[in-house]
Amino acid sequence: MINEIISMNGYGTYVWSAFSFTLISFTTLYFVTKLQLLKEQKRFASKFGSLSVEKAKAARSQIINREILSNTSNI
Amino acid sequence: MFKSFEPNKIFAITSKAPKYVLFLFIIVLTIGLTEALILSPEDYKQSDAVRIMYVHVPAAWISLGIFSSLALLSVGSFVFKNKNFALIAKSLAPSGFIFNIIALVTGSIWGKPTWGTWWAWDARITSMLILALFYGMYLLAWRIYENKEQVIKVTSFIAILGVINIPIIKFSVDWWNTLHQPASIKILSTNTAIHSSMLVPLGIMTAAFVLFSLLIFLMKYNTELIKLKNKGLDRL
Repeated sequence: MINEIISMNGYGTYVWSAFSFTLISFTTLYFVTKLQLLKEQKRFASKFGSLSVEKAKAARSQIINREILSNTSNI
Repeated sequence: MFKSFEPNKIFAITSKAPKYVLFLFIIVLTIGLTEALILSPEDYKQSDAVRIMYVHVPAAWISLGIFSSLALLSVGSFVFKNKNFALIAKSLAPSGFIFNIIALVTGSIWGKPTWGTWWAWDARITSMLILALFYGMYLLAWRIYENKEQVIKVTSFIAILGVINIPIIKFSVDWWNTLHQPASIKILSTNTAIHSSMLVPLGIMTAAFVLFSLLIFLMKYNTELIKLKNKGLDRL
């Protein structure tokens, strides 16, 4: 059974390489996108941390900024 | 009309959605792979090589769909003067490009056992390669231009020019003699030339690929929004 799945009637090399290429592409794109997201979140947190109290208060008044900070704290 | 879709309002949803989409994607992909690699029957002519269809066809469909969306969003950003359209288009492009590459590479792998060649300058394959070049230009333009107005104009021009290629890809198998067979699945007709035992895994794999492009879109869109907010913090 397993040998049949692996060999695919002699087409195993083609079938498995096509599926492997697809899954490797998915994994690479996922991690590259995830890294870019984490980088921007960290940059936001660091910039926010360096703001004065008044500016930080003004920035916090925006819902989206609070959301980004809450997501960043989960990293 | 588009007020409720403003980034500030939808970020609460787009920032939380990826984990649920990822979970759903893994489940659907697992079912799809089991169907495609183990449960679905082999073809009477192509034998097990037909299984490559389950990654090649959905990838091609989605790359065409995403590029059409890029063109629509580009027109939308001009008509409605809404920059969020451009941001959505920018976030969709990377997954569209990857699906285009997957369609080309898996098509090449499928071509060897079925046609006896890795590559042919066939109308369908060549027009798909041209689509990949348009995707490449589109993504490159976002990197090259720094002026926001200019980059939106250039990328919109590329998307609108490139969308001319979409009907050429779709109908290339009918207009010219190509190695590709005519479409087996016709959305507007009940006369589909593919058995349900193959249609079901194809549908599940397409659903998995759609979920993956949604996942990448959401992550990329969130990244772009945070980039904008980073610039906003600089201006404070």
